[in-house]
Amino acid sequence: MADVPNPQAKPAPPPKAPAVMAATPWESALTGMLKEQFAAQIAEFATYLGQNFLVAQPEAVVPILEFLKLEADFDYLVDVTAVDYPKRPERFDLVYILYSFARNERIRIKTRIPDGYKPQTAVGVHLTANWLEREVFDMFGIEFAGHPDMRRILMPEEWEGHPLRKDRSITDMDNRWVKENLGIESGQ
Amino acid sequence: MPDTFLDSTELVINMGPQHPSTHGVLRVILKLDGEKVTGTECVIGYLHRGVEKIGENRTYVQFVPYVDRMDYVASVSNGLGFCLAIEKLLSVEVPPRAQVVRVILTELNRIASHLIWLGTHCLDIGAITPLFYVMREREEILNIYEKYCGARLTTHAFRIGGLEYELYDGFEQEVEAACDFIAPKIDEYERLLTGNRIWVGRLKGIGVLNAEDCKQYGVTGPMLRAAGVKWDLRKAQPYSGYEQYEFEIPTGENGDTYDRYLVRIEEMRQSIRIIRQAVERIPTGPIMGKAPKVIKPPVGEVYVSIEAPKGELGYFVVSDGSTQPYRVRVRPPSFINLQALDKMARGSLVADLVAIIGTIDIVLGEVDR
Repeated sequence: MADVPNPQAKPAPPPKAPAVMAATPWESALTGMLKEQFAAQIAEFATYLGQNFLVAQPEAVVPILEFLKLEADFDYLVDVTAVDYPKRPERFDLVYILYSFARNERIRIKTRIPDGYKPQTAVGVHLTANWLEREVFDMFGIEFAGHPDMRRILMPEEWEGHPLRKDRSITDMDNRWVKENLGIESGQ
Repeated sequence: MPDTFLDSTELVINMGPQHPSTHGVLRVILKLDGEKVTGTECVIGYLHRGVEKIGENRTYVQFVPYVDRMDYVASVSNGLGFCLAIEKLLSVEVPPRAQVVRVILTELNRIASHLIWLGTHCLDIGAITPLFYVMREREEILNIYEKYCGARLTTHAFRIGGLEYELYDGFEQEVEAACDFIAPKIDEYERLLTGNRIWVGRLKGIGVLNAEDCKQYGVTGPMLRAAGVKWDLRKAQPYSGYEQYEFEIPTGENGDTYDRYLVRIEEMRQSIRIIRQAVERIPTGPIMGKAPKVIKPPVGEVYVSIEAPKGELGYFVVSDGSTQPYRVRVRPPSFINLQALDKMARGSLVADLVAIIGTIDIVLGEVDR
């Protein structure tokens, strides 16, 4: 019975907006330089809402950061963060935001990594990556290879779980830690 | 045997989290050689509330009040940054009247934030009086906020697309009166402090961070400008119509605590200058742009940053096309500036450490989020 179509069913909803980011290709002198240097390691150069970004292979990220710093004056690492897409085989997007004082220009470097992959640390290129990568580790459980001090930074050190992963609910917590350290059954 | 008398071992002591000079709950583990600091380690996270996780579980509109609670002495700036990010995702234009009002309120907030910094910084160094003065001046600003939106600290003054409230009668006069009241007071602080022997002695040459170090550590805001880098996002990448105002970017030369003091003092004067220009040209017209009733930005991501009182405050927002952000990342200036503490404190005396913590101008609510 369940398979019989219901004649009074509502008409199909209108087509939704595309489910991917409507980014357009980005080309400039800088992308030419990067293409020449890194060739196939950079999969995509794109612009969305006037903001330029590139998608690179995970192992190419630190060399790109270094190249941009030395050759193109991108001397300020604004932020390092991650985005979790649990249904994707390469689960995480790692995002590096760069700024150049000389060019007054901002770019984002994105890379996709599977769970358990250990990306190379950027501390050797930008010292500010130290705490930023620790926060990414703390929140997402992405460990950075070669990092001088790969510990949690905001959560307690004995805490289990990484809060910003999508499979952690907002009310989830490490009940054992809460019980042992706060002496209550649950913080909620 | 004589060597054992002069032998010294490294002493590890704990400062905070409950300490009056750490501006909240910052814990610093100090390694000392006598009176000299040989290393510091910051332990943070005591105020972690998971703002970014909360952002993923609220709608865009619901999340706006939460950002006020990060840097709670500059809540208006926090709100402005988030609203600008979502407006960019939605490609919504904010009407000119709303933009000018936003500039006025944000600049008032910069003064309020710098006043609190000045008062607490003086207190750390041992001058108690200025704290009472700055509270008196800040009151004028908070009264304007209270009259405008009902709240003094966590204001929630802006909405995505513009403003919620129309200006109250007499707003312009009150803002001008506040400027007239505060401007001479800033000169007064300078008379009290700038040439003061104790003040100069405690600040000059302390916590030096040169321009190269600032860039390496991603340090922004007054700290970067005190190192001689003339960089301010309001000029470099203007938002909310900042290109229409005349103002200077004050810079320092030595990148020490004293220069940072001078830069922040001058920034307050420049903010007053911007406010006076803005008050004269508040245009008429709507205060809300064409933002949809249900905010559902198209799939995409955006990074928008503003010049908050503490430095570059950025929001990286990823939308999956639903009513809730897929990811909200806050780039907090306090957190990143605090990382340079170790660099500044190494080799200084323990007594100078409170001056160095004070000069970073951290708010732990923003460091820990």
